[in-house]
Amino acid sequence: MQRESLSDWLDRHAGRVFLAPAILLVLAFSIFPLIISAWLALSRFQLSANGWDITFVGFNNFKKLLFGSQQFHFVGTFAPVPVLGWLILAAVSALVLWGLWRYLSSGAISILGIIGRLISFSLAILLALMFTFTLGDKAQIGSLATTLFYVVVGVGLQFLIGTGLAWLCAQKIKGRDFFRVVFFVPMMVTPVGVAYMFRMLADMRQGPISPIWRGLGFGDFAWSTNAWSAKTMVIIGDTWQWVPFIFIVMLAAFESQPRDEIEAAELDGASPWQIFRDITWPSVAPVAATIVLIRVIEAFKIIDLPNVLTNGGPGIATESLTLHSFIDWRTLNLGGSAAVAYMLLFVSTVTCVSFFNFVVMPMRARRT
Amino acid sequence: MNLFESKTLGRMAPTAALIIYGLLGFWAFVVVFPIYWLAVTSIKIRLDVINGPLYIPFVDFTPSGHAWHYIFYDLGNDTFRPYWNSIIVACFSTLCVMIIGTAASYALARLSFKPRLSSIIAFILGVIAMLLLVAWLGLDWRLAVASGLALFVILVLALHRAPSPTLGNSDILFWLISQRIMPPVVAAIPIYIMFQRIGLLDTAPGLILAYVTVNMPIVIWLMFDFFVSIPKDLDESAELDGASKYRVFWDIILPLARPGLVATALLVFIFAWNEYLLALFLSTANAQTIPILVAAQNGTRGPEWEYMSVLILIMILPVVVLTLVLQRFIAKGLLLGAVKG
Repeated sequence: MQRESLSDWLDRHAGRVFLAPAILLVLAFSIFPLIISAWLALSRFQLSANGWDITFVGFNNFKKLLFGSQQFHFVGTFAPVPVLGWLILAAVSALVLWGLWRYLSSGAISILGIIGRLISFSLAILLALMFTFTLGDKAQIGSLATTLFYVVVGVGLQFLIGTGLAWLCAQKIKGRDFFRVVFFVPMMVTPVGVAYMFRMLADMRQGPISPIWRGLGFGDFAWSTNAWSAKTMVIIGDTWQWVPFIFIVMLAAFESQPRDEIEAAELDGASPWQIFRDITWPSVAPVAATIVLIRVIEAFKIIDLPNVLTNGGPGIATESLTLHSFIDWRTLNLGGSAAVAYMLLFVSTVTCVSFFNFVVMPMRARRT
Repeated sequence: MNLFESKTLGRMAPTAALIIYGLLGFWAFVVVFPIYWLAVTSIKIRLDVINGPLYIPFVDFTPSGHAWHYIFYDLGNDTFRPYWNSIIVACFSTLCVMIIGTAASYALARLSFKPRLSSIIAFILGVIAMLLLVAWLGLDWRLAVASGLALFVILVLALHRAPSPTLGNSDILFWLISQRIMPPVVAAIPIYIMFQRIGLLDTAPGLILAYVTVNMPIVIWLMFDFFVSIPKDLDESAELDGASKYRVFWDIILPLARPGLVATALLVFIFAWNEYLLALFLSTANAQTIPILVAAQNGTRGPEWEYMSVLILIMILPVVVLTLVLQRFIAKGLLLGAVKG
């Protein structure tokens, strides 16, 4: 057998040469750290005379977060439930029951499908329960609920505003290119810069909107000392930054919708609302679902805005899970930090996979 | 009544147009005003900042360049060093992630892979053995890596002939893209420890490695869609002419995918430039990037808004200019994949 030359060998293994660096990088800097992190989450880290010690403590770090001394920080403090809490619980339960009923009546039932739904639905119910019992006046929501608040309310707002603007821009108007360029700008502004910018704008004494604010009689209200107004500021900053992302993709989707169908419907005298509901929305829904999924994935990782805008305060009111984990790390509580990070990984993975399976996939399937 | 219904098809009624322009104009104001306020604040003196809101230069107050002078001359190196770090880290990490990511997505789009499940299980067993050796037997990590690797090779050779289910390209693609779901904070502490051991902590190469890893899923996802949309017969005919896979990739596929390359590179560059969490963990003084510098002003320069405005403006300037120049690529390139769904 003839020995093959180096170039022949390289060409035969081209696929592996192309793919290997990516796989090695992911293994080294994301899978391997993931394993080490799991080990850290199950142990206690202490500085000692000869450097540091790591002792295996089982699930103690997680117990502390969920039921122990860190419960106020992660889950929140409990208090009598306000009406809003019951409403959230009822809405989530109804949604879960509806999902279960649809699945059971669909006829296509598999073991994997049942297990997946059990995990997603029980997590949904647990999170709703957590919200319900930590929403009261005397209660406080923890970093997990705060993160979920950012994800659900933030992404929801961004989607509504972004889609609305895209729809307006897709009408037959002049100057579309101008709006497209201007609306895109916030996405490039560094989040740290956004945080400072909104601190400046929201300054109640020297900020640009302070005269209006004083005129309305809120002169001495400081948004940074109230838990919910501080959270709202974070949401406003995040929304300002990420509306462009939704806008630019949804605009492209609206522009590629079936023109001839719309013109035919217009000739038949269909109202704009009918056209939107029956033609436009079905054609853009898969894109909308995908773009929301991407935003949800990124929104779970929020840290820069709460850290710079409010320092996580007042108290722990604006702390996201990533910030919580970072603060634990800075105080050398490595085990606790890794445990928080793992909880974030778990919640965000289950949420994203559920969203993909229950929203994105059906919408894509319906189109074809 | 007629105000809301246009007389001819394809033209808008005046009231509807007014509402639309009103809403769009309002949002344009919301977008532009914060940036305008930054620019205005950066040319104020301290007194004008403190004495309540002053809106228009030359009318409400006399502009002054002292904040710019202070940041560029008095602070000088304290500003430029992080800036230079940011440029190095963002440029090199973009370059590396584009090379590695496009190569991987091209391979996944064009060549077929059939990794055997048994090999993957063998690899996992090797890693577990390595970890156990370090954690329980206290073995030196180099020896442990060697023995883990040895176990992996032996298992692969032993199971070579045995029948085993195989995975396909889509499984690898999904695995690589799904890495994006992992919040970087999960990996940050172990990477910190790892970098400390191998001396990459607080260096630009360390940050570049970390950024390449977190941004790779985006590149693979976007570029895969691009490569799939390029007709296959192009590279097949080139291969019949005797071109190697590398030549086909370099001379035929990459030039065709240029709009996608530009858009993806731009997006990755923005992410790297704006990155905060990993830089917070992995850099302290030497490799400090500009977002960390700006964020660190929190305590010292809190209310000194004129200096903060200058810093923020020079921080966002390169990205904004770059994006405005490359705007048309984004509209064309980036969205192709997303819109297809």
